[in-house]
Amino acid sequence: MSAVLDHLPEFWEGLLVTLQLTAASFAGAAAVGLVITAMRVSPVGVLRAIGTAYVETFQNLPLLVLLVLAVFGLPEIGIKAGLLTTAVVVIALYEAAYIAEALRSGVNAVSAGQGEAARALGLSFGQSLRHVVLPQALRTVIQPLGNVFIALTMNTSLAAAVGVVDLTAAANRVNLAEAQPIPIFVGAGLAYALIAACAGFVTGRLERRLGMVR
Amino acid sequence: MIQVKGLNKWFGDHHVLHDVDLEVARGEVVVVIGPSGSGKSTLCRCLNRLESAGSGEILIDGVPAPVEGRELARLRADVGMVFQSFNLFQHKTVLENVMLAPMKVRGVTRAEAERTGRELLARVGIAEQAGKLPAQLSGGQQQRAAIARALAMRPKVMLFDEPTSALDPEMVGEVLDVMVGLAADGMTMVVVTHEMGFARRAADRVVFMDGGRIVETGEPNAFFEAPKTDRARDFLAKVLTH
Repeated sequence: MSAVLDHLPEFWEGLLVTLQLTAASFAGAAAVGLVITAMRVSPVGVLRAIGTAYVETFQNLPLLVLLVLAVFGLPEIGIKAGLLTTAVVVIALYEAAYIAEALRSGVNAVSAGQGEAARALGLSFGQSLRHVVLPQALRTVIQPLGNVFIALTMNTSLAAAVGVVDLTAAANRVNLAEAQPIPIFVGAGLAYALIAACAGFVTGRLERRLGMVR
Repeated sequence: MIQVKGLNKWFGDHHVLHDVDLEVARGEVVVVIGPSGSGKSTLCRCLNRLESAGSGEILIDGVPAPVEGRELARLRADVGMVFQSFNLFQHKTVLENVMLAPMKVRGVTRAEAERTGRELLARVGIAEQAGKLPAQLSGGQQQRAAIARALAMRPKVMLFDEPTSALDPEMVGEVLDVMVGLAADGMTMVVVTHEMGFARRAADRVVFMDGGRIVETGEPNAFFEAPKTDRARDFLAKVLTH
């Protein structure tokens, strides 16, 4: 136990990096996922194809492969960015595919008549998506989005493998000094579980507040 | 106001509209009746291009109806539509339902949209339901809200696609009353319905469809008293005996 308590500052630093990774990449993933969803339900065939290709690509590659490729591959072709930034962008692009799938299932759950009524009033496709279809779709997929958020939190630990000093990397460093893996990694695990529990609490609250009367 | 020339429509191999010609004059109320599957709803949906036409021409105010894009959105803004299943926006209050399109499409200010929205809700008799969500209203109230929502765009024409078919019998009257009022105010209307009483009372012209064709068209009294075609006679015998 003292192995953990003696190194609280390192754990804290690591936790902050993990929180940054989580928050920034979730925000990015949400934005990209929204665009991909709009493309996948658009009336334009080319956009639909691009959206589908995006989702298929990122869902069929392991995140670790993408991280290694970006961190070591991009500098080779002259693209240099900070390690943390690279990790955030890669995780965001990867998780966007999952967010897009969750959102699309929400869009499909909204009855076709809603979009028809919006278009019959003269709203453009974009306007009916934004003001009518997506707000309703979002309400039905709060729980799946919460799951994506939790999975994303856990996936940020892969950034440790390419050198980002997040919570997992911090625990690993402390363990190299103290050689007490059980308390150290149980402690790190509890911190991840706490983030996930908060996410679960928030999604539960949101679902009850925004849940729709039909 | 509306001219349809040689309209054909296929769903796969199924030929749902055969060479349909129809003209609706300004201020005219045309009621389209016919058995299920006769193509009357499809015709109605083709008029604002919710269904694309296979071939043929649709002119609104003498201008060919655009096929897609901004111009199509502009056309739809001028052509109000009321659906069988109401299709009110479930996540918005009744008042917000009525305000959305005028604000987003016509660029009306929020205050102005709210003022006309409340006026229209009062006109269809549901002023006190303004703050409720659609799911909290009865079917008849929802359909009247949907009519108010369409009217908020100040359309040149109103299309009604079986507006009372999803309603409990005791609520049909309140919706038809609103429609009769609209007709009396001179609104140009195309109404697909099974309500023969409404057709008699409010129609300037009745169009009878069967098998994707317009079989007979005429002034309501003449049509109901002495239909010219066997198919119309047959249909009326079935729906009017009860």
